[in-house]
Amino acid sequence: MPAIQSAPQILDQVFLDMRAKLLEVAASLDRLDRATSADTVAQDPRRQRIQKTLEILTTQQKNRAEQLQLLFSDTYDEKWARPGAR
Amino acid sequence: MYYIDPHIHMVSRVTDDYERMARMGCVAMSEPAFWAGYDRGSVDGFRDYFRQLTEFEPKRAASVGIQHYTWLCINAKEAENISLSREVIAMVPEFLDKPNVLGIGEIGLNKNTKNEAQIFWEHMELALKTDELILIHTPHLADKYKGTRMIVDMLRDDPRIKPERVLIDHVEEHTVRVAKEHGFWCAMTLYPVTKCTPSRAVDIIEMVGNDKIMVNSAGDWGPSNPTAVPDFIQEMRKRGYTEAKIRKIVYDNPLEFFRQSKRFKFREPA
Ligand SMILES: [Zn+2]
Repeated sequence: MPAIQSAPQILDQVFLDMRAKLLEVAASLDRLDRATSADTVAQDPRRQRIQKTLEILTTQQKNRAEQLQLLFSDTYDEKWARPGAR
Repeated sequence: MYYIDPHIHMVSRVTDDYERMARMGCVAMSEPAFWAGYDRGSVDGFRDYFRQLTEFEPKRAASVGIQHYTWLCINAKEAENISLSREVIAMVPEFLDKPNVLGIGEIGLNKNTKNEAQIFWEHMELALKTDELILIHTPHLADKYKGTRMIVDMLRDDPRIKPERVLIDHVEEHTVRVAKEHGFWCAMTLYPVTKCTPSRAVDIIEMVGNDKIMVNSAGDWGPSNPTAVPDFIQEMRKRGYTEAKIRKIVYDNPLEFFRQSKRFKFREPA
């Protein structure tokens, strides 16, 4: 089901909201860096994942939201032990 | 526009919420059995809860003109207690002839543990034995992708499962195709912070189409919004979709799925 609106129309609608959300991310990063023990947080896997998401956002791929979701997901092993009759 | 909220926990909501939903066009809802916020102590605790779901809530809904349906099970959060889970599964059939019961749900996984998978599998057996529809909760946040894949594995391992009789709930960008590509129904939950927003839900529809998919509020005792489906309708209108396209997702699709239950006797609004 393709979008009805054109890209310029969508940009008009989302620009201020995107700007606000990006500013919120930038301010949160600044807040982390300003605080004490900022170097400890640098090693935190959550902080590293956030860094990785910023890289994903700069790509031209069309499934960036899906990639971010997968980045924040536990890994799945298809050979997991299935349940069965007791 | 008339709409159906296919997943909402009304036992946790006040009558004003019923009233507000009715004013916004809600004509029917389905309420899966859920975690109370604390683990129930005995099978009788569940028996009382199922009475509330099958006797009292339909009356409360009817007082504002909403048709109330429900799903029964013990939820994944309580499935770590295997013996209690088995007592509940054995007791569920006592309620399967109540007129508003649509099937077994919301069963699923929460932390993707061995016990949760075992109890999911035993619920699946119950649904097959009693020929009931299945409504499935998928985990949230980091557990969602793995849990959804595990659930789909269990369903696909059993050739008796008919995908069109199963609804996989709380799908997001990374799990919607996992559910849809095997022919299951799926639903997106509009929930503050941890799940989907109305705009992302519409994005997902634009990417995977509007077939076999629906949206719900999953309103419960946590921070949630019982009128989230109207927010989704508004987002679709803002993007220029026709009323017929919107109606398919918020009305026609839930009806098509629910109509597979022999007890679903929906009365179309005049
Ligand atoms: Zn729920």
